[in-house]
Amino acid sequence: MKITKFHPEYFSGQKNVLPGFHLTLGLTLIYLCLMVLIPISLLFLKTAGQSWQQFWETVSSPRVVASYSLSFGASLAAASINSVFGLLLAWVLVRYPFPGRGIVDMIVDLPFALPTAVAGIALTTVYAENGVLGKWLAPLGIKTAFTPLGIVIALTFVGLPFVVRTVQPVLEDLDRDMEEAAACLGATRWKTFRRILFPAILPALSTGFAMAFARAVGEYGSVVFISGNMPMKTEITPLLIITKLEQYDYIGATSLAVVMLVASFLLLLTINLLQGWQATRHE
Amino acid sequence: MKKIFALLMIIFSSSLWADVKLLNVSYDPTREFYQEINTAFAKYWKAKTGEVVTVNQSHGGSGKQARAIIDGLDADVATLALAYDIDAISDKSGLLPSNWQSRLPNNSAPYTSTIVFLVKKGNPKGIKDWDDLVKPGISVITPNPKTSGGARWNYLAAWGYALKKYGNDPAARDFVAKLYKNVPVLDSGARGSTITFVERGIGDVLVGWENEAFLANNELGKDKFEIVVPSVSILAEPPVAVIDKNVAKHKTSDVAKAYLDYLYSEEGQEIAAKNYFRPRLATVAAKYSKIFPSINLFTVDELFGGWKKAQKTHFDDGGTFDQIYQPGTTKR
Repeated sequence: MKITKFHPEYFSGQKNVLPGFHLTLGLTLIYLCLMVLIPISLLFLKTAGQSWQQFWETVSSPRVVASYSLSFGASLAAASINSVFGLLLAWVLVRYPFPGRGIVDMIVDLPFALPTAVAGIALTTVYAENGVLGKWLAPLGIKTAFTPLGIVIALTFVGLPFVVRTVQPVLEDLDRDMEEAAACLGATRWKTFRRILFPAILPALSTGFAMAFARAVGEYGSVVFISGNMPMKTEITPLLIITKLEQYDYIGATSLAVVMLVASFLLLLTINLLQGWQATRHE
Repeated sequence: MKKIFALLMIIFSSSLWADVKLLNVSYDPTREFYQEINTAFAKYWKAKTGEVVTVNQSHGGSGKQARAIIDGLDADVATLALAYDIDAISDKSGLLPSNWQSRLPNNSAPYTSTIVFLVKKGNPKGIKDWDDLVKPGISVITPNPKTSGGARWNYLAAWGYALKKYGNDPAARDFVAKLYKNVPVLDSGARGSTITFVERGIGDVLVGWENEAFLANNELGKDKFEIVVPSVSILAEPPVAVIDKNVAKHKTSDVAKAYLDYLYSEEGQEIAAKNYFRPRLATVAAKYSKIFPSINLFTVDELFGGWKKAQKTHFDDGGTFDQIYQPGTTKR
């Protein structure tokens, strides 16, 4: 393997604390290949078994395009909602000791643990027109289950832990002296938040946003129950992938998967670049 | 110590005696039915040959199960919702010959079902037949035919009714389009639709498998619903097949064949009827005639030229179902 020619000293200019660079790098690469790269490259390979025109026809049909805007739109909305309320939740959990805090802290992880189909059925039960919440919303003219709004709710649910769990440790480590100093120097609370706190948590927040977004884009299990799956209206892209598989149209299914993969990758890349730019700007 | 020894003996001996294993890969609503069949068959096989047979079951959406077999799930027999899925196994993997459906009697479908309506108790909207489903203001619950095998039966049943009534395909298409205009939710599977109708209280009528309607009626909401049988419906024939290359590999071809034959036997038919599948055997059918009212039934072969063709015309991308939602699209 070529890797053996690399030496860590060249990169960092100093000896690493832990020995065994070659071994660990090798293992990491093998692991990544087995778990991620090989399956994904097969996806591309399978898609390549058709002409460009066929590919374009599949991925640009009106119904598929409608599903992109729904999938990405709802995911962005859900990730944004989670960023606001996740930050708030993390703040409350870190800064205010209150009875039952441990329990609240545990509840945050529930969406991770719950099978998504269970989450989907539970949310639909709650938000359907005869559900606990749905029956109060229906008279107001707000329909949630079986509309795009329902999809946003499901995606918000599954993405909830990400922002909280990425922001929480950063908030815990934040030095309170800075805030006090800012206050002493006459900064308002808002200014302190904007100039001191927010820049410090922004990287973690954007990571959390990106993770919640990525999770939402790929989500299938919970959404199909609450979305109603109406063509052109509430069909998410993963559902269309399944419908292609039901016709044994493997190439069509992988084509859509490739589009989603590339789009998600570009979005995550943008977020990462923005984050990098943000970091250098503040140095 | 003695107890542990005894326990070990039991485990050891049972694993010694369980010399034949079969895997039956099936679809969702047959779970309870095959549990019963498997116990009965094991008894029958023991008495006949002295061999102890264990039948393992796998359930899921019919299309998903077929894909699993194509991708290498070691099924000895496949018992799926539609012939199209077993056709796909034969086409894509060559695990069984393409004439599989003629190897067993009755199109390889030992039990049948049909598509009926489930309405609220007392039938407040007075739904009697397919014509009532296209009336404005009636809300119809049926799953998405793109993802659900059961939904495809529903779709073809409605199409077939209209075809028989109006005599031509364009009129049938208008009828079905009107019907789907009344569908507020397209769940991804038949069970999902049942939940939407029974638990969420959405819709005036649920279109679905007869066996599923009985289940909903008896177990989910006793005395809250009633079954309405339309004047004409489709004969749903869930087919069964031995997966030749897998049984050759496992050396289970005799027992796998016997297992499917057992479904046609008097006991097998009896168990099917008890689980609300319509039996083929006349004697058993007569016994359960009170439960299964006679309907004028047509088959997919009669009206649609078989499943492969039906799938292509109606459910593949650009088919008639897509045209309902995207007028102007044509078949590629």
